[in-house]
Amino acid sequence: MKEQVVADFSGLPLHGMATASPTWWGTLAFMLIEGTGFALAIAVYLYLMSLAPTWPIDAPRPGLLPGTLVTLVLIGSVVPNYLISRWAEQQDLRKVQFGMIVMSLLGIVPLIIRFFEFPALNVNWDSNAYGSIVWTLLGLHTTHIITDLVETLVLAALMFTRHADNPRRLGDVQDNAMYWNFVVLAWLPIYGCIYWIPRL
Amino acid sequence: MIVDTNENNDRRDVDLDRPSLEAVLAHTWKTPAGLWGAMATVDHKIIGRRYIVTAFVFLALGGVLAILMRIQLAQPEARLLGPDRYNQIFTMHGANMMFLFAVPVMEAMAVYLVPLMVGTRNIAFPRLNAFSYWMYLAGGGLLWVAFALDMGPDVGWFAYVPLSGPQYAAGKRADIWAQMITFTEVSALAVSVEIVVTVLKQRAPGMSLDRIPLFVWSMLVTSFIVIMAMPAIMIASTSLILDRLIGTHFFNPAEGGDVLLWQHLFWFFGHPEVYIIFLPAVGMVSTLVATFARRPVFGYLALVMALIATAILAFGLWVHHMFVTGLPRLGESFFTASSMAIAIPAGIQIFCWLATLWDGKPIFKTPLLFVIGFMFTFVIGGLSGVMVASVPFDTQVHDTYFVVAHFHYVLIGGAVFPLLGAAYYWFPKITGRMMSERLGRWSFWLIFVGFNLTFFPMHILGLQGMPRRVYTYQPDMPWHGLNLFVSGSALILTAGFLVFFVDAIRSAWQGEPAGDNPWDAPTLEWATSSPPLSYNFVFIPVVEGSNPLWERRDTLAVGGGLRTDRRELIITTVGAAETEAREASPRNSIWPFWTAVTTSVMLIWSIFSPWAVVWGSIPVAIALIGWFWPDGTPEDDS
Repeated sequence: MKEQVVADFSGLPLHGMATASPTWWGTLAFMLIEGTGFALAIAVYLYLMSLAPTWPIDAPRPGLLPGTLVTLVLIGSVVPNYLISRWAEQQDLRKVQFGMIVMSLLGIVPLIIRFFEFPALNVNWDSNAYGSIVWTLLGLHTTHIITDLVETLVLAALMFTRHADNPRRLGDVQDNAMYWNFVVLAWLPIYGCIYWIPRL
Repeated sequence: MIVDTNENNDRRDVDLDRPSLEAVLAHTWKTPAGLWGAMATVDHKIIGRRYIVTAFVFLALGGVLAILMRIQLAQPEARLLGPDRYNQIFTMHGANMMFLFAVPVMEAMAVYLVPLMVGTRNIAFPRLNAFSYWMYLAGGGLLWVAFALDMGPDVGWFAYVPLSGPQYAAGKRADIWAQMITFTEVSALAVSVEIVVTVLKQRAPGMSLDRIPLFVWSMLVTSFIVIMAMPAIMIASTSLILDRLIGTHFFNPAEGGDVLLWQHLFWFFGHPEVYIIFLPAVGMVSTLVATFARRPVFGYLALVMALIATAILAFGLWVHHMFVTGLPRLGESFFTASSMAIAIPAGIQIFCWLATLWDGKPIFKTPLLFVIGFMFTFVIGGLSGVMVASVPFDTQVHDTYFVVAHFHYVLIGGAVFPLLGAAYYWFPKITGRMMSERLGRWSFWLIFVGFNLTFFPMHILGLQGMPRRVYTYQPDMPWHGLNLFVSGSALILTAGFLVFFVDAIRSAWQGEPAGDNPWDAPTLEWATSSPPLSYNFVFIPVVEGSNPLWERRDTLAVGGGLRTDRRELIITTVGAAETEAREASPRNSIWPFWTAVTTSVMLIWSIFSPWAVVWGSIPVAIALIGWFWPDGTPEDDS
């Protein structure tokens, strides 16, 4: 078929940021998948609770300290996370490099505390269905943190290479920051489920 | 800092004469010959073709299992298959047809067609696309190798606990089923993300939401259903593996678990699954009806709304699979109502297609024959669907051959008929050659007659009380005559599929050359050569209406000014499809293949040891880093 050129694309930018970038939409789609997964896991928790005569089943209530500490660190991490996203938008590489180191540390710290959070559940995964679902919830979210931490570490390393000075890579930093917000946000209902529903 | 390469060394498409432009684009978008090139390719057409062929191979394998069951059931007390083998075979047949054929084949058609239909050069996230195919292949391989080793799952395609739990299903058969689910769901979720982003962001400039071809709409809606429904089955199959491997108690009533939890999780996925298979078929029907009725489809808006309404209702139906589990009456009534409500969007669609045919000048080529076969068959399946939506009726026929008849009518009638029509329709685009019209008619009539003679009597067998999933029956049961008739009719059905396969294979080599647009169809995939070149379009089309090739007969409106030294395509806005950026599309890479290999090792290992998740994830992470690490090609420019 013969073509007739009716439009000129030559002036368009070589890469779009935020909603003009496919990666941004892809990240959103993966958040929707994982969000649905978390919502269903919480539904399983509530379903099992609705069947049980007592909740928690045959176990003391989970200890509050490690879980609450993790929550505070995660909420606190939102501030530098917001800053790094802004620095990436302003294409300020030095600040982004600094921010990536901070965010890497803020990914590691909750993992260290999480190490103490599992024993504080005061139940084993194979004790009963209550133990199974709280371990699963906590395990799912731990996987979530680890995945994003690995991504953050790789991006942080990338920021110190010749590939860093590129709006495309800084867009990746922004998408990674958006994803971290999701990791924090997804934790809050899980935290409520594990620690506060048994106290109601 | 923005690297401005506009000024130096790049050549724009409009600056080149035609032969050199095609040569440069072919070089930039090339898939190298040889094994390495085949494993590293990210071309959506090569991957889509692979996906389609693989899915049809699984269809044929599943068909062989069906024939074995029909031979076994042709007479009472038959000895061809023992009970254990029969359990494996009906489980394999269902799991294979649902997870390895029906869902993947629809995704596969979309992988091939959606980028062409929206006028772009490759699917979004092409490396993820390559990864998804390898995962699918590995999952299918896992299931069939296990079956060959007498380790095939034997717990039914929905693997109800406690039968599939640690107490009643010793060995690894149920784990094979559960992990096969993980493979196919990962690949389906990956493709869905690609489709969503391709449709939302890579449509040709001017293709606003109300100009999207209906097949593309149906795949967009389907992809959202996949995204919302498939996490449920992943949670279900993972918790089943956990119960079996490390002693969790999700489904163990003695320790606070619940067996019905499995059914809720499974059917929260399992019912939308039906629409994951059906909605793409609906999109195919809308496309074929318009082309062969020689007029734009009647009721475009109503058809889009029906797709969306079906998708929403799909999530409110799952309990109708559980009517005999003793759930509260009020809940059951709600699900009866919503199950019947889904007949409304289905009816709207049927009437829109009839109106299109009524007002058009239909040309009864093979693809349209399959569409008409679909309408007839699917309406019968819909009618028995309204019947089983009623709790008292369902209580009588639950787990009988009536249900077997019903779901084969909706699945084969609702999805396989349109799919075969679509295969005849798009075959010329994919291969550059026509399938035979004469063999096509033979294939249609054999399948149509064979299908109805095979499955309609099953309604009666069900009403006579014949249960599903029995490996044999006694001579004093009144089922013998009908079973023999059904098995005989299955031979006609098989012959129809054989004719189809022979026609497809023969035509791929010897069919008549097709030309760009053999059906005089209106959508963009027909604006390029058959088969399309690696870069799909020499220039990105610009869309001015819903049926671009009918609205402008001689010329294709396009835009110029793209770079030719890197893989470049156009990003547009979600609603109006206004241009936003010239984005790069990733080059070939071997890393998606290695990621799939390492992920497969981890998943299969984790059936045997929980530590696989820890140690197995390290190679996965390494492969992923290789995948995402920039390689300094012009695609990195921004």
